[in-house]
Amino acid sequence: MFEQIAFYIFSVLTIGLFLVTVFSKNVLYAMTSLASGMVLIAGFFFLVGADFLGVVQLIVYVGAVMALYAFGMMFFNVTKDLKEKTTSNIWVMIVGVSVALLMTLMFGGVVNPEAIYASLPINSNMTNPQAVGMALFTKYLVPFEVAAIMLLIAMIGGIILAGKKMDTSLTNIEDEELQRKDVK
Amino acid sequence: MESLVYIALFAPLVSSLFAGLFAMTPKKQFVGVISSLLLFVSFAASAILAYHIASTNEVIHVKLMDWIVVGGLNIPFGFIADYVSVTMMVVVTLVSTVVHIYSIGYMDHDKSFNRFFSYLSAFVFSMLVLVMSDNFAGLFIGWEGVGVCSWLLIGFWYHKADVTRDINPSISPSWAANEAFIMNRIADLGMLVGLFIIYWNVGSLQYDIVFAQIPNLAPAVLTAAAAALFIGAMGKSAQFPLHTWLTDAMEGPTPVSALIHAATMVTAGVFLVIRANPIFSVTPEVSYIIAALGTFVAFFAASMALVNRDLKRIIAFSTLSQLGYMFAAAGLGAYWIALFHLAAHAFFKALLFLGAGNVMHGMHNELDIFKMGGLKKAMRGTYLYMGLASLALAGIFPLAGFYSKDAIIETAFNEGNLILFVILIITAGMTAFYSFRQVFLTFHGDERYHEFGIHPHEMYKYVLIAMSPLAILAVIAGWFKGWFNGFIIHMLPNYEMSEHTHHLALYITLIVSAFAIGGIILAYIKYNKGLVRSEKTEGSFVYKLLSNQYYIPVIYEAMISKPYAELSKLAWKADMKIVDALVDLIAKIIYAGGDKTRGMQSGNLSNYLNWMAVGAIALLVVAILSLFVA
Amino acid sequence: MIGLNHYLVLAGILFAIGLIGVLRRRNLLMLFFSTEIMLNAANVAFAAISNFYNDLSGQMFAFFVIAIAASEVAIGLGLLILVYKKENTLDLDDLASMKG
Repeated sequence: MFEQIAFYIFSVLTIGLFLVTVFSKNVLYAMTSLASGMVLIAGFFFLVGADFLGVVQLIVYVGAVMALYAFGMMFFNVTKDLKEKTTSNIWVMIVGVSVALLMTLMFGGVVNPEAIYASLPINSNMTNPQAVGMALFTKYLVPFEVAAIMLLIAMIGGIILAGKKMDTSLTNIEDEELQRKDVK
Repeated sequence: MESLVYIALFAPLVSSLFAGLFAMTPKKQFVGVISSLLLFVSFAASAILAYHIASTNEVIHVKLMDWIVVGGLNIPFGFIADYVSVTMMVVVTLVSTVVHIYSIGYMDHDKSFNRFFSYLSAFVFSMLVLVMSDNFAGLFIGWEGVGVCSWLLIGFWYHKADVTRDINPSISPSWAANEAFIMNRIADLGMLVGLFIIYWNVGSLQYDIVFAQIPNLAPAVLTAAAAALFIGAMGKSAQFPLHTWLTDAMEGPTPVSALIHAATMVTAGVFLVIRANPIFSVTPEVSYIIAALGTFVAFFAASMALVNRDLKRIIAFSTLSQLGYMFAAAGLGAYWIALFHLAAHAFFKALLFLGAGNVMHGMHNELDIFKMGGLKKAMRGTYLYMGLASLALAGIFPLAGFYSKDAIIETAFNEGNLILFVILIITAGMTAFYSFRQVFLTFHGDERYHEFGIHPHEMYKYVLIAMSPLAILAVIAGWFKGWFNGFIIHMLPNYEMSEHTHHLALYITLIVSAFAIGGIILAYIKYNKGLVRSEKTEGSFVYKLLSNQYYIPVIYEAMISKPYAELSKLAWKADMKIVDALVDLIAKIIYAGGDKTRGMQSGNLSNYLNWMAVGAIALLVVAILSLFVA
Repeated sequence: MIGLNHYLVLAGILFAIGLIGVLRRRNLLMLFFSTEIMLNAANVAFAAISNFYNDLSGQMFAFFVIAIAASEVAIGLGLLILVYKKENTLDLDDLASMKG
């Protein structure tokens, strides 16, 4: 009963928040609602018993990624509302909804559940973080290490890309470039 | 000895490639000299081989490399120097050497001098492959090789325009080259079918294996194979009804006519019959047809030569006629006599053609014998050579033609086939008549060329000297008949005259000689004094029939060429309307599709993303459908 | 009772929202946000399937998806900053320099 209530509340909230993210004109609103949606996603993870994943979701998404966006946004001019031509809505709705329908149909209707078997069964004697740890450091050790290296590379790449010309003032360059563009 | 085989075979190829290096450059004398030298090397190697084989009776068989090894099919590039092939090698290389030297003089003023030598040597190489191969596949390679070289050489002056004639609609070197090539293709199909039949039933194309298997084959198979092979021989040797190309091939340079269309290539058909004699000797029906057709062609061609006015065409008709003699002999089972006549004919016919070339050179490319006459003063050497060659051709004792032709006629008598016998004797008389008609009209009588403002001159000295080996051989070749018989029967079945024939041999010889001498005397009476043209004769039906070559070219034109051209036009239209249109339609659809979808390349990432989503939907649909199907 | 299909439908809806965002928006930053939504939708489906089929593999996949998403954000944001410095805009309509 509690699970049901939680699921529906979370679902409505997540869908609503993400809709705000997608349709909002203001980047700050969009980011805030996205962060809140991420928290609620973590809630779903807790609901399905993936405790560790939920915690990681909170730390990585809500903590790291959103902070990264927040910092990144300092470089952009986000106080104004975005002025963009958006693609016609009917089109987008048809495409998006049909993809959702197709995928749901595929997984919910066509794939035969009988044919699916657990390749890595959950051991009920262990807590979820324990089980995840066992899996990560045995069967998924190599992908795990590769992912670690990838994150390291991404970190270095991010620093180098974003850190270029960090010492020069961005606003000054902006003005100069704006003037140059006007001349053109 | 193996290396000699390779030297004999590849010296002409080296010569061809060497001359080919200079093909596009202006005339270089040394190209001709070096080519002739290499050909002489090839001749020397062939001669040594012949001597070796004659003295030790050892057949030399070499295998150069594997050519086709696929599943059960194994065809090597193997070459063999045995009694038959070495005879052919000596004849071919000897005539080729003389013709090469001759060409240095004859092609003197031609700007494609070097190219000519390249083609000529390539021809000799192909011919040697043809005669030396130890299997039917190699023979076929050479067969096609000489066909291509013949095409190249007939059409050597491809730039000459079409000339309208009264007999054919139009003729030019390239037209004649194509005619020769296409007619040979028709016959080659027959030859290929023969090879397939043999391979299908024997599983090999090696001569020795095939011939060893003959007793195990059904008569019907053998008859089919022999008939198909003979169709191939008919094309190459220009037998009726595929004969028209040979006279038209005279459009090529005269050395080419001498080498290819008299002495060597056209005898390839006879060579094939001789080479495959184990097959033909067990198929009497086919052999009889060969003999009958040969006799018919001998008479048929000789009759056309009687009235022709073109110097080279007369000799071409006589070549046809003599090829008929060879086929008659081969068809009657006297293979060695056929081969002997082939060799003897090669010598005197090449000499005759080269002499005609001298006349042509001296008369500034004039070929009409009605416009000549009295040339013996201006061209003594040529007169001597052509006279000798004509005597040999007519079969006058003791020249080469006497021995070989007489033997063929005796064979016909020996077989008890009186019809063939009589026709061949009459043909011998006709041969003598047309040969000397040509000699007298060209060299005797009044000097008609003055009217046309021509000043004839003799050929270069070295050319005349180079021709002397042929002249000597035209005289003495016949004397080696007995020796040749002993040499060749190691390989070919001997042909013995019966006791009865033996008794009558002298009378037969006398009859033949009487006909030959009678022909010469008739020609002398009619033409020695000069050209006497009578309206009545020339207007008669027979004369018209003969001078128009029995209207066969016209009939071919109307019955085959024209309908075929119409059919081709129809097919071309169908091709344009259906095949091409379909191909064009595909291209148009793609073009239109490209035009319409070019808008997608807007450079706007957002548009691309939208299209990507559409693509994802399409893929999902496919995935779901495939899941449903599974 | 909440079953697997509930979660799958939810994941589908979230994915559709993310996709609509990708299709609709022209601002690069918003595209990034939409991508995050799509990735999270997939993660929800993974976790749910993991739970209902009693298989840890789904959670493992979700982990790696998160790792990739984190790297993508790190590199992507760096690139966005470069683009913004160079072009002074993040609107795709203004960045159409690859017009063919």
